[in-house]
Amino acid sequence: MHDKCFVIPRQELNRKDFASSVPDFNRRSEIMNTEMGYKCTITNIVRLTGQEKLFQLRIIDPVERSLFRFRPGQFLMLELPGYGDVPISISGSSINHEFLELCIRKAGHVTSALFTFEEGAQVAIRGPFGSAFPMDEMIGHNVLLIAGGLGIAPLRAPLFWINEHRDRFLDVNVLYGARDASQLLFTWQFEEWKMINHIGLHTIVEHATEEWKGRTGMITDLFRDIAIEEKNTYAIVCGPPVMFKIVCSWLDRLGIPMNRMFVSLERRMHCGMGKCCRCMVGSTFTCIDGPVFDYWSVMNLKEAI
Amino acid sequence: MIYKVISKTEFTKFIDALAGSNSSFGPRQVDTDSRGEAVYQFRKVTSASEIAFDYTRTASSAKHFFLPFHEELSRFFFHGDEWNQQITYEANPTVLVGLRPCDISALNILDDVLLNGHFPSPYYLAKRKNTFVIGMDHLPLPDCFCKSMNHHIVSTGFNLFCSDIGDEYYLSINSSKAFSFLKEFVTRDPLDEENCRLAERRKLISESFQTEIDVTGLPSILDIEFDSPVWEKWGNKCLNCGSCAMVCPSCYCYSVEESFATNLKSATRQKRLYSCNLVDFAAVAGGHNFRPKNGDRLKYRYYHQHRGFAENANQQICVGCNRCGRTCLTGINPKDVINDLRMEKESCMTSVSSSPGKS
Repeated sequence: MHDKCFVIPRQELNRKDFASSVPDFNRRSEIMNTEMGYKCTITNIVRLTGQEKLFQLRIIDPVERSLFRFRPGQFLMLELPGYGDVPISISGSSINHEFLELCIRKAGHVTSALFTFEEGAQVAIRGPFGSAFPMDEMIGHNVLLIAGGLGIAPLRAPLFWINEHRDRFLDVNVLYGARDASQLLFTWQFEEWKMINHIGLHTIVEHATEEWKGRTGMITDLFRDIAIEEKNTYAIVCGPPVMFKIVCSWLDRLGIPMNRMFVSLERRMHCGMGKCCRCMVGSTFTCIDGPVFDYWSVMNLKEAI
Repeated sequence: MIYKVISKTEFTKFIDALAGSNSSFGPRQVDTDSRGEAVYQFRKVTSASEIAFDYTRTASSAKHFFLPFHEELSRFFFHGDEWNQQITYEANPTVLVGLRPCDISALNILDDVLLNGHFPSPYYLAKRKNTFVIGMDHLPLPDCFCKSMNHHIVSTGFNLFCSDIGDEYYLSINSSKAFSFLKEFVTRDPLDEENCRLAERRKLISESFQTEIDVTGLPSILDIEFDSPVWEKWGNKCLNCGSCAMVCPSCYCYSVEESFATNLKSATRQKRLYSCNLVDFAAVAGGHNFRPKNGDRLKYRYYHQHRGFAENANQQICVGCNRCGRTCLTGINPKDVINDLRMEKESCMTSVSSSPGKS
């Protein structure tokens, strides 16, 4: 009776299995490739400070490069084969399709390994992941960008976007605070943007050195320098965890609506796809629902800021 | 779904045939614990006689067949300055015998998490597609509370489900594979009397629960009680060992690690199951930990299981198997934590008396 075969045949995966998923992965409709990164070459490395470097990456495959798109505020997973992968916000221009720029601080073991890499080394990127700043929604309004320390890195992408479409915005101001003058990043670029595109730059440092001619104090001191039209202003905030609450409640008191304040959060991440749960805040994933949130949604979220 | 009735001796033959020709796993006694009770685990079996069909519970859940502790995601090969990446998600056909309804419900929840959305996991899907699941019902143990979570009866997610109705099994056949295998054995359509016995069996199961947790409105209670001292109280007991997540049938959080081979010619990217109770779960580079205290992490576990997921997928992750409660070295279990949370506010009620039997 048992001469019949009871062996269960093996089933392979096919495209149909993933038909329900949305191919938002830069038109890489075969979702199986999400675990496979885009291979990139490091084309340029600029040392910004002792702890931060600006890496310029170029996707090697020309087709992948031409299809790769991201929106300001999104991040990608930078993969160093053998070392690991880390979530890094894209701080280059979303209009530039040739190169990607990542501003990275040497903090953990993957970024420490990255700092030993030289130009020409091959790395991989997965992504882009996450939500973006609603740049279209901001058109026709004043924009206030508030950055603390390395928080300037994710804000550089929307700043590039604003510079490309400067005539569509009213007043644009950047408030930028850092620990000391040597920690201020991209100052050369801001000077340039200030001259050409009338983007107001206000910097402040916590600890002044003798050469420092600017202002000293906390980032909130800068609010007195500028006139804020609360009815007509969008705010973007990014900085260390302690900064959000102080700055956002200050903006709230000024009368900026909560759904017009955007924050970009950071969390530990291992997948970027809403599976590993490392970045979860309450019921929200920082990787797929964020990293850009409006203040109203994070205010409701326990532990978020 | 097709329903059949099979005698227990004939069922044994069926399992023999299936286990003999496929890689099969079933509950087997592996040890005896300090109280003298048998410890069961899912282990490789080749015939029905090796399977303990009357087992009480397995210490680990069946999720490890789908989410192993360590899983290789991809492999890198280095040639000079260049490298290439290789990804494989192969799975061999596997038969799992004797899963309880809560285990199967947990698989359904994992399907929801890992296969829906923008980024379905091919690693999980390959395993899920190649696994033949045979479920079996059982009378609840004193600490099971799956009825409270509504997971004591399962209707999808298996190939074949057997309900014990005396000398026969009442089979719910949920796949063509199972149906065509069963054609080779003596089965018959259930009679009225057998349908009756199935209903009786289900009633007996649902009336045998001794542990009950009131989960109505739990998401909002958890939200309101975010700063409750209950979390600190239970958090102080927690040892941050992460055992609860390891035995949980539906916990899926993980970390990804990469390591070089010793000859430096290749590297692997490995996924490792993780637990939100481990200290560095939410620690970021630079030293900041978003959940620095024991209580924060324990709270997060309950929030994810009973609130966060409920908001996203309209169901709670917990299936009520109480494996975490049994495994916990310090006796933290969902029943006590949730009841404590409820009692905290109920103790100050004046107009309504507090729920009976909750102290």
